Amino acid sequence: MMSNNGVNFAPFWHNGPAPGSFYNFPQNNIKSNSAIDEYGFQRNGGPITTGTSIVGVKYDKGVIIAGDKLVSYGNLARYHNVDRVFKINENIILGMSGDYADFQFIKQYIDEIILSDFSADDRIVLKPKDLYTWLTRVLYNRRSRFNPLWLDMVVGGMQGEEPFLGHINIRGRSYTNDVISTGYGTHLALPLLREYSEKGPLNEETAQQLIQKSMEVLFYRDCRGYPKYSQANINANGVTVSDHEVKQNWDLALSIKGY
Amino acid sequence: MLNNFATLDEERGFSFRNCKRNAQLVANGFIPPKAIKTGTTICGVTYKDGVVLGCDTRTTIGNIIWEKKCEKIYKIQNNIFVAGAGTAADMDGMVKWMRSNMELHRLNTNRKIVPVITLVTTLSHHFFRYGGAISCVFLIGGVDNNGPHLHVVYKHGSKMKLPYATMGSGSYAAMTILETRWKPDMTEQEAKELVADAITSGVVNDLGSGTNVNLCVIRKSSSEKINGYREICGNGKRILDYSIKHGTTGIISETIKKIELDVIEEQIEKMEVE
Repeated sequence: MMSNNGVNFAPFWHNGPAPGSFYNFPQNNIKSNSAIDEYGFQRNGGPITTGTSIVGVKYDKGVIIAGDKLVSYGNLARYHNVDRVFKINENIILGMSGDYADFQFIKQYIDEIILSDFSADDRIVLKPKDLYTWLTRVLYNRRSRFNPLWLDMVVGGMQGEEPFLGHINIRGRSYTNDVISTGYGTHLALPLLREYSEKGPLNEETAQQLIQKSMEVLFYRDCRGYPKYSQANINANGVTVSDHEVKQNWDLALSIKGY
Repeated sequence: MLNNFATLDEERGFSFRNCKRNAQLVANGFIPPKAIKTGTTICGVTYKDGVVLGCDTRTTIGNIIWEKKCEKIYKIQNNIFVAGAGTAADMDGMVKWMRSNMELHRLNTNRKIVPVITLVTTLSHHFFRYGGAISCVFLIGGVDNNGPHLHVVYKHGSKMKLPYATMGSGSYAAMTILETRWKPDMTEQEAKELVADAITSGVVNDLGSGTNVNLCVIRKSSSEKINGYREICGNGKRILDYSIKHGTTGIISETIKKIELDVIEEQIEKMEVE
């Protein structure tokens, strides 16, 4: 029994609200699992068509973000040739993971922002931190209304002279770091990325190799992985979005005999 | 349940009779006690002449670190070692079982060493009979007349033979290192460094693993357990000298009194020196 210095208080009432916990009023049927509530409003019940991990690495002069080219439909590897990393403008690249439909929805708004930025014609171009804070606010707001956009976004780019890399998750939690990963990448890619990035600033070649190794491990160990990936590389010279294939090595399969 | 009395003597393995009652208790609000888990990183790697097993040294109960320096690699025979992950009690019980069974097997077959596959098969059969209720996983590494072997046996009884393997909560982090750096026919030193790197990755990136890296090397004619191969977490070093110097407390006055003692009784006993 909890010790109140030896004094035991009897509860004042039974079957009523308990301080600190959620109280289900008896006449309301809140247990219903229906996607549509009594007012006809539908909430996000979970991701349907999904992209898996994204990996991002900041190097001394820029940022690389990569993600495989697969969008899955549950257990089905449905769309094989989908870029999940994008050039937003000359300063910003974006990687998405999570529900692809939610991403297409928000991409429209991002495109509108870029267009109005261009139309303002004031020689001020949107910077990565602006998009990063905008996404944080949108995703946090949606989460606070219990209707999240099921997304994990990685924003990278050149904030003036300095490279920038940040992550916003489904609940609107955002943080910046030298290495970022989403989905299974947090378990599989991040330990490898941290090992190298903690030794000191990376150069472009090492960052490139790190991305390659991470995508290789993700293909080997993530059930929703895929051997083809696209990567966006941004530095002072501009943005390059390119396609790559994982170097698969299955030699060890020959040596496994028995079980 | 009168009709069950006749079959009581024949019952082997786990009795699942209480499962329905337990489920009922949980539904009625009973909170079962937490098992001590080892929340671990263990890994094993085969190299040219043998096997290297590695583990971290942290035991956890829920979110509390119970033991900072525990053992997770156990010797079963001179040529067979296991590394375990899962509930600590189950692991200890199974290690006892494995040790006695393998020793009896060796004496009964009257041979110098036990083949690794013997332990793997008996262990997986045992686990299967208990339906996964024995909640631990083992990496079994050893060298016998057929060379070095590394096997994984899971709590439900399935087994796998692999060139490299990791288990435990830190297995993802450790597997990343193995996937990028393992190659066939490594030397012993390369294998030890690789395993240490993999466990370090688990210790640093996983909250259920910590403190030190313990290694075990099994070769054809010898085996070696190295505790504390790498120390990753430890107590900090004191930078300054915190001892209190003589004269810190000022002395105002000094009084010396002699304590008078009276001799009341004297007893002399002879000591036997032989």
